[in-house]
This record gives sequence, C-alpha cells and structure tokens, in this order.
Amino acid sequence: MNSDLFVIPFNLGLYFILIYSVVRSVAWFRSLSRPDKLRLQRGFFGRPFMDSLREIFMESLLHRKIFRKNPVLGYMHMSLAFGWFLLIVFGTIEADFFGEKHLNPPSHAIFFRWFNPEHGAEGLARIYNVWMDFLLAFILSGLLLAVIKRFTPRMMGMKKTTRHTWTDRLALTSLWLIFPSRLLAESFTCGAHGSGSFLTGNLGSALASFLPAAEIAPWFWWLYSISLGTFFFMLPISRYFHIPVELFLIFMRNSGITTGDRHSSYTEVQTHACSSCGVCISVCQMSYAAGINDIQSAYFIKGLRNDRDISAITANCLMCGRCEEVCPVGIELGPMRLIERRQGERADRTLSLPERYSVMRKRSVTEKVPTQSYGYLVREEPEKAEVLFFAGCMTHLTPSVIAAMKRIMESAGVKYRFMDEKGGVCCGRPLMLAGRDREARELINHNSDIIWKSGAKILVTSCPICYKVFRESYYLEATVMHHSEFINLLIEEGSLRLGYLHRKVVYHDPCELGRGSGIYEEPRAVISYVAELLEASQERSMSLCCGGSLGNLTLASGKKAMIAADAARILTMSSPDELITACPLCKKTFVQATKTKVSDIAELVAAALPAPSKRVARRRSARATVRANDAG
Amino acid sequence: MKTVPKHVLVAGGGVAGMEAAGALAEMGYRVTLVEKGDDPGGHLLQWHALFPDRRPADEVRSYLRKRAGHHNINIITRTTVEKVRHHPGGVRVILSGGTEEEADAVIVATGFDLFDAHRKEEYGYGIYDNVITSVDLEAMFNRGRLEKADGTVPSRIGLIHCVGSRDEKVNNNHCSKVCCVTAVKQAIEIRQMLPSCEVFCFYMDMRMYGPYYEELYRESQEVHNVNFIRGKVSEASVNINNRLVIKVEDTLAGRPLKMELDIMVLMVGMEMAESGAKLAEASGFRQGINRFLESGDHHYGNNLSGIKGVFYAGTCTAPMNITDTISHARAAVAETVRYLKA
Amino acid sequence: MMSATGANKFGFAINRSRMIDYDSSDRKVREYITSREPSFRLCFACGGCTATCTAGQHTSFNLRRMNTYIRRGEIEPLREEVTRCMLCGKCLLVCPRGVNTRNVVAVAAEAIRKLERNEL
Repeated sequence: MNSDLFVIPFNLGLYFILIYSVVRSVAWFRSLSRPDKLRLQRGFFGRPFMDSLREIFMESLLHRKIFRKNPVLGYMHMSLAFGWFLLIVFGTIEADFFGEKHLNPPSHAIFFRWFNPEHGAEGLARIYNVWMDFLLAFILSGLLLAVIKRFTPRMMGMKKTTRHTWTDRLALTSLWLIFPSRLLAESFTCGAHGSGSFLTGNLGSALASFLPAAEIAPWFWWLYSISLGTFFFMLPISRYFHIPVELFLIFMRNSGITTGDRHSSYTEVQTHACSSCGVCISVCQMSYAAGINDIQSAYFIKGLRNDRDISAITANCLMCGRCEEVCPVGIELGPMRLIERRQGERADRTLSLPERYSVMRKRSVTEKVPTQSYGYLVREEPEKAEVLFFAGCMTHLTPSVIAAMKRIMESAGVKYRFMDEKGGVCCGRPLMLAGRDREARELINHNSDIIWKSGAKILVTSCPICYKVFRESYYLEATVMHHSEFINLLIEEGSLRLGYLHRKVVYHDPCELGRGSGIYEEPRAVISYVAELLEASQERSMSLCCGGSLGNLTLASGKKAMIAADAARILTMSSPDELITACPLCKKTFVQATKTKVSDIAELVAAALPAPSKRVARRRSARATVRANDAG
Repeated sequence: MKTVPKHVLVAGGGVAGMEAAGALAEMGYRVTLVEKGDDPGGHLLQWHALFPDRRPADEVRSYLRKRAGHHNINIITRTTVEKVRHHPGGVRVILSGGTEEEADAVIVATGFDLFDAHRKEEYGYGIYDNVITSVDLEAMFNRGRLEKADGTVPSRIGLIHCVGSRDEKVNNNHCSKVCCVTAVKQAIEIRQMLPSCEVFCFYMDMRMYGPYYEELYRESQEVHNVNFIRGKVSEASVNINNRLVIKVEDTLAGRPLKMELDIMVLMVGMEMAESGAKLAEASGFRQGINRFLESGDHHYGNNLSGIKGVFYAGTCTAPMNITDTISHARAAVAETVRYLKA
Repeated sequence: MMSATGANKFGFAINRSRMIDYDSSDRKVREYITSREPSFRLCFACGGCTATCTAGQHTSFNLRRMNTYIRRGEIEPLREEVTRCMLCGKCLLVCPRGVNTRNVVAVAAEAIRKLERNEL
C-alpha cells in the first residue's frame, strides 16, 4: 500500500485551479476590446507591471487599506493572505533546500513534514522549523479572528457581514479546515517521531503522550489534502475566487483599463474580484440610516456574479459613491451600477432558452420604439456672452441662490447671460443616472448647441448635477465651473469686495461636486474667506449624502427623510450657525431635516457683500417700475 | 365657613386662554393667566376684520379684554409655562425664569404659530419685495393702505392657499382649516379697497366648512368678481419689469399657466406653537403626527390631557377658527370645574 | 355639420372617447404602477408637478393628467405622454404629497412597454 495516496485530492485540486486560471485569463483577455488588449499588453512590459506587483504586495497580501480602516480586520486578512503566502514560499524553499532533491512537485513542499518526519533536529533546520511553526501560528491567529467575525461581526467593528451561499459555505469550511488540519497532521507526525518546533513539536508530544500518534497522523494528512483540494475545486464557484481574480484586476487597472459604459470582461473581472468583505455595507447610509439592508454593493455584485434578477437592487441606490471610496479592491461600483441600469430588465431566468429567445426577438421589435424622445425641443438662438450662467432645474426652486448669484456677478462686474432664466432644458444627468444615456444625448445636444452659439468662455452652473455632466459628457469650448469655483476665481482675481461674517458654519460636500467631480478645496476657500469654517466629522471624500439624490429612482420619500435627518444630525453636531451646501437639491433636502439654517455657498457670499441701504434699494426698484411703466 | 377659592393657571393668553380665564373668574375661581407676549390677545391682535361677516376684529378683542380684565384674574406677561407636573396636592407649574406656581388645575392654551413663509423658498418670501403673507396683508388693511413695496398701486393680486399646510415638504400634512375662508375674505376686502385690482385665488380644494363660509365664497364671485384657479403654485420669480411671475397648473383646464402679479399673498397656515411643543415635551403631553396636542379622546374627551388636573383649550389641539376656539375653551372650563368639584 | 352616420362609419371610437367607461377600463397598468410605486396613490391632483415641469414648458407633458389617466384606466393617451418627461426630478421637490413622481413616469413607461409585449 502506498501511504502517499493522500496527496491525490490536493494534486487534483491544484492542477484543476491552475488550468482553470489560465483558461479563464485567456478568455478574459480575448474578450477585451482592442484598445484594452493593447493597454494590457503594453502594461505588461512597462512601469504598470512594477506598480501592479507593488500593489499586489501591499493590498492583496498586506491588505493595507483594510488595515487603515479597521486594524483588527486588516490583521485577519493579512495573517491569512500574507501568512499563507510566506508559508508557501518558505515551504518551497524548505523542500528544495532540505529535501532529497531539488525541483520537487508542489505536494512535496506542502506535505514536507510527512515526507521528512525526522527533519529539523539540529542546526539551521532547527531554526528554520521555528520559523515555519511561527508562520503557521500567525495564520491560525488570523483564522481565529475570522471565526469570531463570522459568528459575532460586531466584535470586529463591522455593522453587518455578508450572507453566504452554499458554495461559499463549503469553500469557507474547507478553507477553515486547511490550517487546523495541517497543524494536527504535522503535530501527530512530529509527536510520533519526536521532531518539530515550539508549536508542532510541543503539541505533538502532548498528543502522543496519550494517543497513538503514528496511526492518527495519516487521517489528518488526508483531511489536510482534502481540505486543500476541495478549496481549490470550490474556488471558481465561491466568493474566494476573488483572491486570484484580484491579481488579474490589478494588472488590468494599472494598465489603464476603465469600466466604460458597457459590460466587458473588465466588469466581469471586477465582479469576481469582489471579496464580499462588507466594507461597502458598513458605510452605506441606506443601511444604517434607512434600514435598507439588501441593496448594498456587495449584494449588487453578488447578484451580478450569479446572474440573478437584480433590477430592484440596481435601481435602489443613492449613487453617492461612498462605497466606491472605501472598496479595498477598488471596484468601480458606480459605473458598474450605471451599466446595469442601462441594461434595463434582464431576461427572465425562469423561462426556457427557446422561450427566452422568442421574448428577446419580440423585444427587439418593440425596443426600437424610443422610450423617451424630445423631438419637440425647438432650437434656440442665444445672445452672445462671455460668461453663461446656467442655474439648473432645481435651482429654480431655490430663488435665493439665483438672487445671490445675480448680486455676486453684478457686484464683480461680470457680464453674463442667464441661459435658463425663463426655464431651460434638463442637463441630461438625471436621465443618465436612470440608465437612459441615449435619451440624455438628445438633451446634451440641445444644450451644447446653445452654449456653443453663445460663444461663452465660461459656463457657470449652480447645480453639481449639471456640473458633472457638463464636464464629463458635453463637448464644449467653454470652461465649465461650479459657482463655488467661479466665486473663488472672482475672489482670487480681486473683483469681489467682501466683508467678514461672524458666523460659524459647517460645509456639506454635495456628492456630485465632491466625490463626483473632486471639487473639495474651492468651496472651502470661499467659505473661509467670509466666515469661520468648522470641520465636520464626515467630509470630503467621505462626506454624507443628503438623501435627496436623483441617483435613486425608487427610494420612498420617508426613507429619504430618514437619511437626511441622520446626515443633518451628524453635520450639525458642532452646533454651527449655518449649514452650508453648494447644491440646490441638498439645500431643499436639508431644510426639511434640520432646524439649523441651511444656505447655499452663494447666499453666504452674497451676505458678505457690502449691502446697499434699504432706502437706496427701494428707490432704485421704484425707478425701475416707473421706467417699465413708461416703456409699457 | 368661607372656603379659599381654588386656583387655576391658564397657560397662554390668546383667544382660548382669555375666554377660559374669564369664564373661570366669573365662577369665582382665582385665575393666573400666563402670556408670553407683552399683552394678552394672541394672533387676534394682528387681525383687521374677521370672517365670515368681516366684522372688525376689535369687537372680539374688546369682548376678550373685558373677559380677561375680571378682578379674579392675575395676568403675568412676558412669561412662558415651561413645565407642569401633577402631584397629590394639585399641579406644580414651572414658569420661565424658574419661578414656581402651585395650582389646583391648569388649562393649556398655548395656541399655534403661523407657518414661517421663508420655509417655502420657491415662493420667494423675503427674496422678492412683493411677496407677503396673509398677516402682512392684514397689517396693510389696518393701515388702510394697500400698495406694492415701491408705493405704487397693484393692479393684480394673487392669493396662494395652503402655504405651509397640506404639504409634506414642510412636514405639515394637516389642513389649517381657516386659510381658505381667510383668502376669500381678504380677496373681497382687496376688491372693496381697490375696485380696479384683479384678484385671483389659487387653491387646491375650497374648504368652506363653517356657517356662512360657502355664502361668502358665493358672494366673492357674485358681487366681487374674485377669480379662482384650481392649482398649486410651484414657484415664483421676478421678470425684467420687476413683476412677479408665478407658475401654476390650471388643473381644470389641464394646462400649465403663467401669470404676472403685482403682489402675491401667501395664506400661511397654523403649526403647533414652538413654546407649546416645549411644554409638551417637558411635561409628557402626547403630540400627534401633526405635532398638535393629542387629547384623551377625539370625540368626547377633547379637552382632556390624560394628566390629572391638566386640560387643553383651543388651537394647541388642532387648527380652529375663533368661534370653535371659544367653544373649546368653554368646554375646557366645564371639564376643569367638574374636576375641581369632584 | 357632420352627420351621425358619418361618425358611425368610424366605428364607436368617437363614442368611446366621449366617456370614460370605467367598468371596461384596463386596470392592469394602474395595478402594475401601484404595486411598484405605491406612492402613486397619494396624488391629490394639485398640479404642482405640471406647473414646475421642465419638459412641460416645451411640450404638452402633464404628469397630473397622466396620473389621472392611469387611475381611470385610460391607457391610450399614456403612450405618447410617458416619452416626453426628462426625468429631471424637479417635480419631486414640489409634490406636497411626497409622490415619487420620477419613478411613476419610469414605471409607467415600463408598464407600457410590457403591455406592448403582452407581458403585463
């Protein structure tokens, strides 16, 4: 009888996963678009390759990002990933160095103790053994934390932990069994042969003192091998597939590949690279402020991976971008959701394939009928202007923002045209957020036409939603500025004379302006110029969503109010005189949610303008009326 | 043997408080009337004439003043009631500034606050000169001059119903009951003052529930030529001629409508008074989802607070007109006397 | 004047359009929308959405009227109507009843598509 038969499950698993990885990688590579293929090829022989290696070391092994966010969780991931990596590396060296011959098959390194039971009695090997035992102990300490996390997530500082499918459970069980079974297998062997270091040696002799160690040892070697084999077999169909896929993702990303606007092998790689770590769940306001716990990015990605109908999940998201900000794998969650929204309804999985095909065919006929169409829009002939001011739809419901902008621009002597004074056409961003890019294009074309014809050098908007789409999806000659940037410019060039307001204010970064467009400093510079700016506990890239986001199509108004109330509470913790924002939608939402005065940044600046006395103003408006009446 | 008269403290010196205090004093009770303002009288002090008969508000004011002037009533002004607490000997009342009063019973008549029109930013109150509230209009009637901010005479005025009422966006889902008829009354008054000025009422529903209200509505059309448009105004702006422009849907015509106005009057609704809400919170009174005080029973215990010796009177429980407020105050007095005699 | 027989030649279309025949109306669209966007039921037809509507300034899109049509089971006028909204969301900020107006339009369009595919 060959007692080495136990290596078979491990070998099968290992060769399976290696072949699978190669096949899958080739398939992904082949289905990349041509430019992306070139990017990846070029990336392989340049700097991106080194960047990727460094990133793999820092993130995939050391888990630096998770570490920063939550040290205990970081340690858990690091001990498992980095520890296992070291165990394999040093195990291979050990087998190569101390083994009978060089270039052993992997099983000889993994099951080294079985093949060399007496090894490590003295000298260098003895010291090496301490090191190998230390690595095993290091991994086991992480495993212990993982077990604790699974059963009591709160102890790890996690609000929620992700839910598992049966494949995940089987993979998880086999993963959990790998290291304890190795510990016991090595210990029993060491116990039987009187070898081993501080961990395996001591445990081994303790076990051997009352158990027939030599007889028991093979059972645990079998368990160890089966656990490894099972884990490798389960890998592609469980969440642990993320481990190898993430490496692939890192190479792709560093080569300059981005998500784009349709599904590709890059989105597929991102889908599989998600480790379901649940960090996105803990930062989601929908979860902790509105009690909605089934739509977070981890579930979205999981649904995508498993090809489920996730249209409800896809739609029910604020698109605030907080999860993307913290995702340790760096998955572009926002663009991924937008792609899914563009997809519309997915094929009904309950139908048979021919049925599905006939539905698709029927659909392709009716899909040709446009869902939205704006053929009714009439081309406009705008007047020429240096500066074009586009308030935006929402801003028309916050007339104090418009009034403030008018006063500021008049005070600075800006010659501007008010593009949508009598109401304009929507910028297109809300349609894009709903996944209707083609329809949005119609509106973009309409507005672009007006902006080009006006000959404007600067396009100023008061709405961050418009701002983002103007910047990203319009092809314009004009420089697009949010009014906070524009006011900052006016202050810097000295065309605004402003007083100092003795007010303490806190600033709320609107999602589309902050995370969405990276505008953090200009609003703060403007505010600090006219008032005392207090810090908020959650700001800049981790600022909160007001809840009123147009990114969410389905969220009920009551839930929005819950998010708004929670965000307003956190923002006003320092009891500011005013809560300042830079978005009409945020303003409208917060006004309803807090007793603190809510103002737009433009209003704050307008308040710092030297005020014309009331009498002058009244006389001026009387004169205007007389003039108007004369004209009439 | 002469007994010491029992002592009742009335929190709030508006219509309900004055009527309750007067009625109790008349029956020989010793009454302390606590008013947060300089004088008792409440919101009625700001009013020129009353619906539905447009009698001068002064007539009701002088009735109430006489009522509250009874020698059994001690009026404390510029003071609010912070907290009330029942104990076996009566009710302990804590007033602003920390003074304590001992009473045998308390009537809560903290009334309402008018909706702050600044909160409906899209209507431009505080932004555009010629956007005023129904209270501002009443002040104009008091001055006897109805003009635009620049002193010119308006030729078209719009009255916007339901400002701060029936509006989820300002957290008020309730109807304030009195604004519809107030609008009709004010529309008639405008037409009488300025016969050449057009008047438009923008309403969602005309709630003419009281006696002679429907008749007033009819009169406004028949005699005064007031116009009614069914639709909620969404926003106002100012055009190049410095005239207000409002956007509304004429829901009966089924088309959006744009109209220039010289003056836009916001018919501000009623909200639970801030001072009353604080008292409620400190004393453990129940507040309904509309934040008004929740009485023991909506039908037959409308004045009962659920706390022994504490009774509710007037608009602290729900929006109501003066007639109903006075009746409600009298009912509170009846409940109080029944409690004190038991 | 057009003769009565002339009108009858075109079937009873004219008679039908004169009157909302509630009993023979198609309630599937209404039920579909109500189940997916329950706040649809809250509309009290104030017209605030239509007054503020960005698209409504350029075309005859009328959300308040559309809601009424859906409630009455009048599907025909809906087909055109749903395509005109720009989903800008201004109406959301105006609605005094907190109706999720944007989603009503989106779901109505979905309902129409499904109706055409006989999937409703």
